[in-house]
Amino acid sequence: MPHHNTNKNTNMSFSEEVTCRHGGETLTSCYQCGTCASSCPVARLDSRFNPREIIKLALLGEKDELVSGDAIWLCTSCFNCQERCPQNVEIAELFYALRNIAIEAGNSPNIYADFGSALIADGRIVAISKFGEKKREEFGLPPLKPVGLEDLNTILSETGFIKPEKKEASK
Amino acid sequence: MTSYAIFLGCTIPARQPNYELSARKTLEKLGIELIDLEGFTCCCPAPIQSINLESSQAIAAYNICLAEEAGLDIVALCNGCFESLAMVNTALKNDPQLKAHVNEVLAKVGKEFQGTIKVKHFIQVLMDDIGLEKIKEKVVKPLSSLNVAPFYGCHSLRPSKLLQLDDPERPKIFENLLEALGAEAVQYRNKLKCCGGLLKGISDDTALSLAREKLVNTSKAGADCISTLCPFCFVALDIGQIQIRSKFKEVYDMPILHYSELVALALGVDPSELALSSHKIKADKVLEKIA
Repeated sequence: MPHHNTNKNTNMSFSEEVTCRHGGETLTSCYQCGTCASSCPVARLDSRFNPREIIKLALLGEKDELVSGDAIWLCTSCFNCQERCPQNVEIAELFYALRNIAIEAGNSPNIYADFGSALIADGRIVAISKFGEKKREEFGLPPLKPVGLEDLNTILSETGFIKPEKKEASK
Repeated sequence: MTSYAIFLGCTIPARQPNYELSARKTLEKLGIELIDLEGFTCCCPAPIQSINLESSQAIAAYNICLAEEAGLDIVALCNGCFESLAMVNTALKNDPQLKAHVNEVLAKVGKEFQGTIKVKHFIQVLMDDIGLEKIKEKVVKPLSSLNVAPFYGCHSLRPSKLLQLDDPERPKIFENLLEALGAEAVQYRNKLKCCGGLLKGISDDTALSLAREKLVNTSKAGADCISTLCPFCFVALDIGQIQIRSKFKEVYDMPILHYSELVALALGVDPSELALSSHKIKADKVLEKIA
């Protein structure tokens, strides 16, 4: 059932902010059964992470807690929960939407700054060293073809890609 | 001759010549041509989708456009690349609104997603285009007596609605391939759970614990080696054992081999041609057993 925003003075409109986003569309179908949490390989090992709780906080509009906390970053994107959700909530993609919102607010683990910079500079998220290219030749592998870096950067700017920044104190 | 555009992604050319070599040599023996196209970029997997999902989808679609222009289907070696590209390929084919939106972006770089090609995982090419019977015929060095624990990884199977590789809860494709090579496919606990790779650098302890449970369970099940479909799983389980040794003081000494390496060995490729030195946990035990 859709979550109606009955009071403009509360944070309840956060669930609308999420459902308007790419990946977040299915948030309000969740009925909190917990199939996700019982299918989650991380929740068994790490008490900071529980997908059902994260969805509940999103439904309740607890934006600050989600956006500034660690929890949303602990999903491995394994899609086990999404595969099994009886309500067809696209949970892994919903977490991408929450992370996209957090990044816009300037919050992300430092490693994302590395991914973002590498993508912009090399068109790849793992850089290939000169040594690595030489090794390819020794192994008889064909030389790597050039990456479409200029087109990639045009697409990034057309879609409002923000490069995550590192925080001073490591997270 | 069937031809594919080979999509290497980032991790394989940077770190895993063993995967690429075995894949190329296998298809050479099986009569499939691989074409290296100009312009392919990062597929924009989970870490980039986490930064901006819309950018990621548009860049995945851009890469698909390059293959469409060349009139070639894509074969991806990495689960991450397969997932990113296959998800977008299926989603855009089924959702005209999303396709129109992505095409507005792609127009800025002179591209248009048409929906004319397929994106396949390398194991699908082996199974669909070549087939078990032909692979069996071509085996010159059967892997009999070898107990292999197949490790699918997440992004070959899920989300199954968009990837359509196999049943996400009871897949068989990997076991069938191993058995065609003459090996025994070992069943073990948590076979379909995550390797933890994507938590590296975010929560290293949890990442390592996830890798460790696969080593515990495959050892208990009597596996001679674990076989992987994905370069991230390979790293998590191979280099992961070095980290597990120092953190947990446990030694598993479990060789990790890509399925393509096992196929190449069974087809008679000499081990010296496969860059097996890229493995942190040496594959010698496996080579001895199949010698």
